[in-house]
Amino acid sequence: MDRTEVRVERVGKAFRDAAALTGIDLHVREGELLALLGPSGSGKTTLLRVIAGLEVPDTGRVFFGRDDVTDRPVQQRGIGFVFQHYALFKHLSVYDNIAYGPRARPRGSRPAEGALRRRIEELLALVQLEGFGKRFPAQLSGGQRQRVALARALATDPRVLLLDEPFGALDAQVRKDLRRWLREIHRETGQTTIFVTHDQDEALELADRVAILNRGRLEQVGTPD
Amino acid sequence: MSDDDSLLVQRRTSGVATHAAYRVGTEAPGTRLLLIALALGFLGLFIVLPLAVVLTEAFTHGAAAAWTAIREPDTAASIRLTLIVAAIVVPLNLVFGIAAAWAIAKFSFRGKSLLITLIDLPFSVSPVVAGLIFVLVFGGDGAIARWLAAHDLKVLFALPGIVLVTVFVTFPFVARELIPLMQEQGTGDEEAALTLGASGLRTFLTVTLPNIRWALLYGVLLCNARAMGEFGAVAVVSGRIRGLTTTMPLQVEILYNEYPIYPAFAVAALLALLALVTLVIKSFLEWRYSDNLSSRARH
Repeated sequence: MDRTEVRVERVGKAFRDAAALTGIDLHVREGELLALLGPSGSGKTTLLRVIAGLEVPDTGRVFFGRDDVTDRPVQQRGIGFVFQHYALFKHLSVYDNIAYGPRARPRGSRPAEGALRRRIEELLALVQLEGFGKRFPAQLSGGQRQRVALARALATDPRVLLLDEPFGALDAQVRKDLRRWLREIHRETGQTTIFVTHDQDEALELADRVAILNRGRLEQVGTPD
Repeated sequence: MSDDDSLLVQRRTSGVATHAAYRVGTEAPGTRLLLIALALGFLGLFIVLPLAVVLTEAFTHGAAAAWTAIREPDTAASIRLTLIVAAIVVPLNLVFGIAAAWAIAKFSFRGKSLLITLIDLPFSVSPVVAGLIFVLVFGGDGAIARWLAAHDLKVLFALPGIVLVTVFVTFPFVARELIPLMQEQGTGDEEAALTLGASGLRTFLTVTLPNIRWALLYGVLLCNARAMGEFGAVAVVSGRIRGLTTTMPLQVEILYNEYPIYPAFAVAALLALLALVTLVIKSFLEWRYSDNLSSRARH
């Protein structure tokens, strides 16, 4: 897996009503698990979406390693994104959901079905959902859905993994389990990971470093201890 | 359209309500019987009876005569014209409807509420007025009329005019069906597809379209039913040239004013049959579609 650091330089974005960003400078190290912590309306999700390429910043640049990706469309950034409400394709099985990214690649670099099958079996094992390939999202619990969403994001071998309040819609116990589990997955894959949360405990428990946002400004970056 | 929506909702909620009433038993059996009798009586008087009359009148001289009446050249031409008009109008409004619903549901822009109002306009304007508008735009002594005449193009009293008014009258069906659904679904699934590397077109074909397929089919069927049945607007712009610009509803009226009148009922019966087929498909989809809705609600 191709890892990279992420640098955000003087990023600003103004909205009419949504949370804005002002002069954000942030450096996420290669292989690091970084939490973006802040109250709602602090701009943390906006910042994550700017890094993903789902929003275009008004000012500033975004770098992945040495590549300036600011003007690169989301499809070409090599990111994996996990949404708060999973955003699984409900007309596709778990298997086809995870296969969506690899199958969307340009014809030349598309994996053969055999190799794809092995890869998906691997991912299903990683997210502890062996044998769930034929099920549909509606047949899964919230926690299972979010694990499928993570497997789907990992299937494209992203350089950077971005998670937007990944456990926000789940109940407390599932949330705790998934936290521990995400920590383990990160240890295994060593993927550069940025996740957004408004839960301080979650940020402190999970992250190598925590970046605190408030009213569109980066207030503090530090290690949990 | 909104009628159909409320019907759908009514159907679902009334199902729950009768179930509860059955268990709790709040209504006296007499009340229930009376209500059922009223509903059935109304249905019989206003829907079943007219349909039966149309069918009996159509077959007063036997099935062979009805068949001959339908194959009479002018009538056959009107059936052909109706099918051609529907075949052009429905795909056009399918594309327009998706485009409009997409724009309204997935983007925010200035004048959005105005656009929503405009989409509803064909429902609130009388079809005859809609026809007159097109006569005024393309006919008379206007610049457009002169330009068309100079290029030897016929819009009024010809197929293009009929297609144009039918597009106008049936425009809201697909769009109205899709807008609430697409608004509810938001852009999450599309964004997910983009982050997975899918192009815009691929995203549309593999994510957006499957998400709206039942509503889309439903809208298309309603649009088709109206496109085949439209009378007022077409009557104004078509000029009613027999065998050339009369659609089935117009042909029914022409035949009804002549002797014998059973051919009018034969064509009417055929039109009703087309509507019935549409209705059956619609009911089937409604069933599928409501299933789809409830599975979405479970998420």
